[in-house]
Amino acid sequence: MSTNTAMVEKYRNNFLKEVETNVEEGEWVKMCMQCGVCAGSCPLGNAWEHPPQEIFMMIRAGKREDVLTSDSMWMCTSCYSCIVRCPRELPITHIMHGLAHYAKRLGIQPKNNPTQWFSEVFWNNMMRKGRVNELRLGLSLYFRNGFLSGIRESLKNAGLGRNLMKAKRMSPMEFFGGHGVKDASGLQKIINKAQELEAARIERHGK
Amino acid sequence: MADEKKIAAYICKGCGLGERLDVDQLKIIAEREGRVDMVREHDFLCSKAGVQLIQDDIDNEGVTNVAICACSRRAKTEAFNFENVAVTRGNLREGVIWARPDTDEARELTQEMAADYVRMACFESKFCSAPSPSGEQSRVDSVLIVGGGVTGMMAAIEIAKAGYKATIVEKAGALGGHLADAWKDIPSRSPYADPVDTGVVGMIAAIETDIRITVHLNSTVTRTSGAPGRFSADISTESGSTTTENFGAVVQASGYKDYDARQLPELGYGKTPDVVTQAELEKLAKEAAGGPIKRPSDGREVTSVAFVQCAGQRSDKPGHLPYCSGTCCLVSIKQAMYFKDSDSNIDTTVIHTDLRTPGAPGEDFYRSGQKKGVVFTKGTVHEVVAGSDAHSVRFKDLILNEDTEMQADLVVLATGQVPNSGPDMEQMAEDKMAAEEAGEEYVEVSVESILNLDYRQGTDMPQLVNGFTDSHFICFPYETRRTGIYTAGPVRRPMDSAQAREDGTGAAMKAIHALEDAAQGRAAHPRSGDLSFPQFRKEGCTQCKRCTVECPFGAIDEDEQRYPQFNEARCRRCGTCMGACPVRVISFENYSVDTVGQQIKNVEMPDEFDEKPRILVLACENDAYPALDMAARNGNHYSEFARVIPVRCLGSVNTIWITDALNSGYDGIVLMGCRKDDDYQCHFVRGSRLASIRMSKVDDTLSQLNLEPERVATHEVAITDVERAPQLINDMVETVAKVGMNPFKF
Repeated sequence: MSTNTAMVEKYRNNFLKEVETNVEEGEWVKMCMQCGVCAGSCPLGNAWEHPPQEIFMMIRAGKREDVLTSDSMWMCTSCYSCIVRCPRELPITHIMHGLAHYAKRLGIQPKNNPTQWFSEVFWNNMMRKGRVNELRLGLSLYFRNGFLSGIRESLKNAGLGRNLMKAKRMSPMEFFGGHGVKDASGLQKIINKAQELEAARIERHGK
Repeated sequence: MADEKKIAAYICKGCGLGERLDVDQLKIIAEREGRVDMVREHDFLCSKAGVQLIQDDIDNEGVTNVAICACSRRAKTEAFNFENVAVTRGNLREGVIWARPDTDEARELTQEMAADYVRMACFESKFCSAPSPSGEQSRVDSVLIVGGGVTGMMAAIEIAKAGYKATIVEKAGALGGHLADAWKDIPSRSPYADPVDTGVVGMIAAIETDIRITVHLNSTVTRTSGAPGRFSADISTESGSTTTENFGAVVQASGYKDYDARQLPELGYGKTPDVVTQAELEKLAKEAAGGPIKRPSDGREVTSVAFVQCAGQRSDKPGHLPYCSGTCCLVSIKQAMYFKDSDSNIDTTVIHTDLRTPGAPGEDFYRSGQKKGVVFTKGTVHEVVAGSDAHSVRFKDLILNEDTEMQADLVVLATGQVPNSGPDMEQMAEDKMAAEEAGEEYVEVSVESILNLDYRQGTDMPQLVNGFTDSHFICFPYETRRTGIYTAGPVRRPMDSAQAREDGTGAAMKAIHALEDAAQGRAAHPRSGDLSFPQFRKEGCTQCKRCTVECPFGAIDEDEQRYPQFNEARCRRCGTCMGACPVRVISFENYSVDTVGQQIKNVEMPDEFDEKPRILVLACENDAYPALDMAARNGNHYSEFARVIPVRCLGSVNTIWITDALNSGYDGIVLMGCRKDDDYQCHFVRGSRLASIRMSKVDDTLSQLNLEPERVATHEVAITDVERAPQLINDMVETVAKVGMNPFKF
């Protein structure tokens, strides 16, 4: 986008409309009244470059690139403090995840952000059997930077693992397959259908 | 007069008075020292039997003055309401037994306190007589309404509905004012979602068909004289013909004019026709009549519009309005909806610093605007640069904290309301005096008068700040400083049409009230119903004019011989004239220099070495006195050395009381009045301010008597100061302990 076009786009409603169509709960963005309660309520607020209030204002100001490449919404831990407190009842947490998801769909998310990497690992882990395999999830986290560092991380937490096993909170057998939902193929059908609907929606509105 | 009076004192033994006080001794005091004609006691004076006892004495014994020594004058007013007699009250309950602890040690001094209040009630009674109307009164059941905008029309409709007559004088050629020029109005009923019809056409039709309402178009009021119940006004047409009519009361609904946007060249006004004010946008919307709004420069349909809030408002720059007009945010939301409702693809951006949406529709209407896609941006606009096609609005985004700009086809400036209140007489007088002192020539800025009053104090309603007419903003917003003349609508404070309708209704009610009160010779608010009025002894008057200048309500004119001429119906009975009068010739039948002076004199003054100081407390009956009553009821005790005398207003305090009190041995004097600055709470507007000016000069008296200035303290006390008011009295006792007793004890 040239600078000239960028100028024309500023404070025009194009990006706001794009968000409304493509982002989950995006139609709420226009209802923000900029009180800043969300920004003040976020326990991780100081880790965010742009708090939700600012993100909403940036959307209205037409700052498409700045918003979608930002790592701010990836910082959300879904504590729901903002949703609880928002006087305008915006589903802020959902909007943050919606924006993150939309950025990823467009492939312009911040590539080195650990949250989005972890989200993907988590999703893939869960999709295998419909249940999170905690042992494997933990191990994939330890081994994300290679084999040697994986061993080091695992040994560091060996005591914790032993205690979990003693208390029957974790089974080493989970490593081999692990437990799952009763009807795994049924779950797969649900997921497939959801993806189909989403694809159709994208087809309808464009990316 | 005095020999015709028969004074009876009644001492109540109810509410614990009988147990806490030696009532037999009080009776002896009333008889021997108070020298009243009759003394009676009763176990329960405000009961049917007690009231009957008093009424029987009035009917059978010819009692003319009743001194009731029971509870505060603010309590049991309905029971102790006797016609055609002068009633005074000795405050033994709130003022004595409740103000003091119920202990054996306290008993003796509490009794002394009670004895003094009995003396005070008896002597006050001696110098009172029952008030009777002046005979000046008359009844005219029609109201003059100056201004035919939404406020004036509403007032006229309400007055007519109540069965009275209304006459509207409108300067323009049609009724409706600013609202008639608007395309739609802000909704005043739920769901507050969309702009609604203004309703002006319906109001005009209602007025035209009502035989009780007369309308003078293209006319102004060229002279107003008289008082409530007997106003006389000259109504002159543009062509010069004049008719004179009588009115019972006046409603001034002269409204506002739009701030002159030509003073905002930095916002592009005048540089391109595409920068318009909100009023001008209403005209564009009216032309479009619901279709696409076209911009003035080239007639192209507008695709993007920016609203610049607070244009020339809420700013301390010279020429700007320092205040918030309180309506422009809602108007901008409404106008943005004009665009969004015709085509949702039009970009509408409201740039504001603080979005203020007062009133019932406020938040819902704002939310509705957001739902329709109006974008709200928090920012300050510093420049609008006209472009060949779109125009640049340069502003600082206050959320993103950056200087930025946007392009818009049309820019709307939210300029404010400037009241049409006529010349500011008080400011002009001050400026003139300042110019004279500085030896400069005073250049009068000519502002067209609205009412052309022929009052001693000027042609128009006094103003408070920013040109809005003065009203008791905190407690009695419809009241003004000219009795029987009520300002309503945006001349009083900035407001929108819904508030203006409400204001017009309120003013109509006050106007009816005023003309009915005037017909019976009764005072208007806040001494509503009071029949007493100021009387003056002409032979003693030195024509100093302080009363005519200081009256907060402009009630006093001057006659041909330059003597003050009281207009009873304009008088609010505050007694400020009485406090001002250096020769003390002004009095009321039931409130005078003597009624208070005698109370001060007849308090028993212990010897200098008795270690019993006396603190005189002159407390405003509207705020400070009830605060002390409530303090006592709540168990907040205060010193047994205090003697509290209620005054109608601190403005009625004549400095002779202070001098006399110090001369007769009071050790400290506490004056309690209301707050006096721009956010004043004085029921009589200027009373407490005038009192503080007078008291600032009391130091001279003190130094002449060789007394310490700390002995006289003036405090601002609110009705809620139930802990502070007793503390102020106790503080004075401590001060006296420090500086020593007053040596002038006789």
